[in-house]
Amino acid sequence: MHPKRKQRLWVVLAIVVLSSTAIGLVAYALRGNINLFYPPVEVVAGSAPVDRPIRVGGMVVEGSVVRSETDLNTRFDVTDYEGTVTVSYTGILPDLFSEGEGVVASGTLDASGLFTATEVLAKHDENYMPPEVAAALEGKSAPSKDAPSYGGEGSY
Amino acid sequence: MWTIIHKMGSPPWFFRFAGTLIRWLLPAVVLLLVVGAVWGLLYAPPDYKQGNSYRIIFIHVPAAVVALAGYYVMAIAGAMSLIWKIKMADTAMRAVAPVGAALTFVALVTGAIWGKPTWGTWWVWDARITSMLILLFLYLGVLALFEAYENKAVAAKACAVLSLVGTVNIPIIYKSVDWWYSLHQPASIKFTGQSAIDASMLYPLLLMILAFYSLFAVAVLLNMRADLLQQHRNSAWLKEQLLEGN
Repeated sequence: MHPKRKQRLWVVLAIVVLSSTAIGLVAYALRGNINLFYPPVEVVAGSAPVDRPIRVGGMVVEGSVVRSETDLNTRFDVTDYEGTVTVSYTGILPDLFSEGEGVVASGTLDASGLFTATEVLAKHDENYMPPEVAAALEGKSAPSKDAPSYGGEGSY
Repeated sequence: MWTIIHKMGSPPWFFRFAGTLIRWLLPAVVLLLVVGAVWGLLYAPPDYKQGNSYRIIFIHVPAAVVALAGYYVMAIAGAMSLIWKIKMADTAMRAVAPVGAALTFVALVTGAIWGKPTWGTWWVWDARITSMLILLFLYLGVLALFEAYENKAVAAKACAVLSLVGTVNIPIIYKSVDWWYSLHQPASIKFTGQSAIDASMLYPLLLMILAFYSLFAVAVLLNMRADLLQQHRNSAWLKEQLLEGN
């Protein structure tokens, strides 16, 4: 390779490596702040700030959802299977909110460990499958006959 | 290998080559898009949890995948432009930027449309979505920077440096959902092991990704040809090729 070109190749490599290192270090320094939410285990351990707007994310514990009979308040437990936080929320929950599903709640934590949410978002997981497959995985019977059938069923 | 690069750098050769390639690729793009869209939007089964709203995946994921891959095309063209001073590499870099920006924009908009019913919000500042927004600004930045200079050789140099610096964002976008807690779910298509998406949905999705890759190639080649037309509007070879009907 022509020496001039070789030199320019090194310049190009230096640009990529140096800028990657710089941004990598920034990302490393900010790693806590890039996280969208705190997992319950960190809230339980006390590393989440109290009385400041934060987000908490995890799975809604099965059987923990208690809906108020007089207003729109809902209480539920959020877990990452290592710690559990109780969330209280007044408002309309997203359609995909249910027990055993992921959520991200924004709000504030009080000193007693209760999290009062101002917004609850449903966190969808990466699993995509037809209802028949989901039913089969859960060991339930196949969907009823009147459920529409779709092409490509032989492929799984 | 070197002869191919030399040929690629020659405007008359490339103009003809791109023309031929587009003639072959364009019908393939139309076919792939129609088959993939009909299969994905009409025949693929609904999702067990999201019902039919998940079908936006057939636009969202291909657009995002090609927007990321396209950035590397732009950055490699930038590196070639810096190292070998090939004018054709400048043309390629300039041609990728608007296509990449459009794909990134499509990925962001479809994501927002899906996010509202699924998550309950149009937008959230999580690592994946924010880094994708930065990608849009990088593409737009290259586009704007190219227009900012009167001297196109200087413009290409500046754009090449910007696109090389920006490459750091691509692995960040790709791994953001694994490195940090984000609202966006991790990847469903896995290169190793079982994908988290059922085969009946995966095949049309892969077809759509292929369709978007070809669409990207056609759009970039068309852009490059348009740019060459402008650059060489007074050349004899261009007049000759156009008279041939190329």
